[in-house]
Amino acid sequence: MKKQLLSLHGLVAFISGSLFGLGLIVSQMVDTNKVLNFLDFFGQWDPSLALVMGGGLGVFGIGFALLVKPKSKPLFDESFFLPTKKHIDKKLITGACLFGLGWGFVGICPGPAIVNLVSVDAKFIGFVVAMLVGMFCARALSQR
Amino acid sequence: MTEFTPISALIGGAILGFAALLLLILNGRLAGISGIISGVMSTGQNAFWRWAFIGGLILSGLIAPWLNLSMPTMLTASWPLTLIGGFLVGFGTYIGAGCTSGHGICGIGRLSLRSIVATLIFMLVATIVVFVSRHIVGA
Repeated sequence: MKKQLLSLHGLVAFISGSLFGLGLIVSQMVDTNKVLNFLDFFGQWDPSLALVMGGGLGVFGIGFALLVKPKSKPLFDESFFLPTKKHIDKKLITGACLFGLGWGFVGICPGPAIVNLVSVDAKFIGFVVAMLVGMFCARALSQR
Repeated sequence: MTEFTPISALIGGAILGFAALLLLILNGRLAGISGIISGVMSTGQNAFWRWAFIGGLILSGLIAPWLNLSMPTMLTASWPLTLIGGFLVGFGTYIGAGCTSGHGICGIGRLSLRSIVATLIFMLVATIVVFVSRHIVGA
């Protein structure tokens, strides 16, 4: 890839990351109590996060169907990089179960974990380090 | 106890849907955050845009106070739960190829059956964990 294109890619990713983070903050996905209360159907259920998903899926889903699908390639690259796997396998199910377990324990998923690093709270940093260790172990295990 | 905040939830969700759409239309990449984070460990030019995206995520947290947006200042879970939870989130999203953003928004938004199944599973498991910890263990 040409250097110019590389920096353009970087700029787009930086803007997209900033917007994504703002979306997480505005919607309060960064608030662990908000997330845990959403998951607490039989207690103090706060349905707000269902609307986060609704808003996100609405914009992305409609945009994908109308603006991405009919096109053969993105504006700044040769092709769309989309997952090719189609079948439901054991890895997908096991991974989703483990992720759900961790998410339910703490109430935070990867995006909000990174945004929350700015609080410089030791536990948020600890969570991110543990998450990186988890990813590293999973990668080492799957490369064996 | 948290308040039901439908308007900010919907607006916030729309913003992150738009951010993901922008990355796909312009760069051809999916905004799956777990994949972006684990991908920075790779080498080569594909690491660059991932670092830029993570830089953007951190910037959003830094400018939030300027925009009068509130952010949590601390994590309430205990240390052991925080570390075990973090490990499971990292391990699980790597093995399962996605998290709330990659499967929940980008995957379901593309009508991927794998993502629909993965999202239903991690939502169900997280709901059970919260039920057990709040209403059985914590009761």
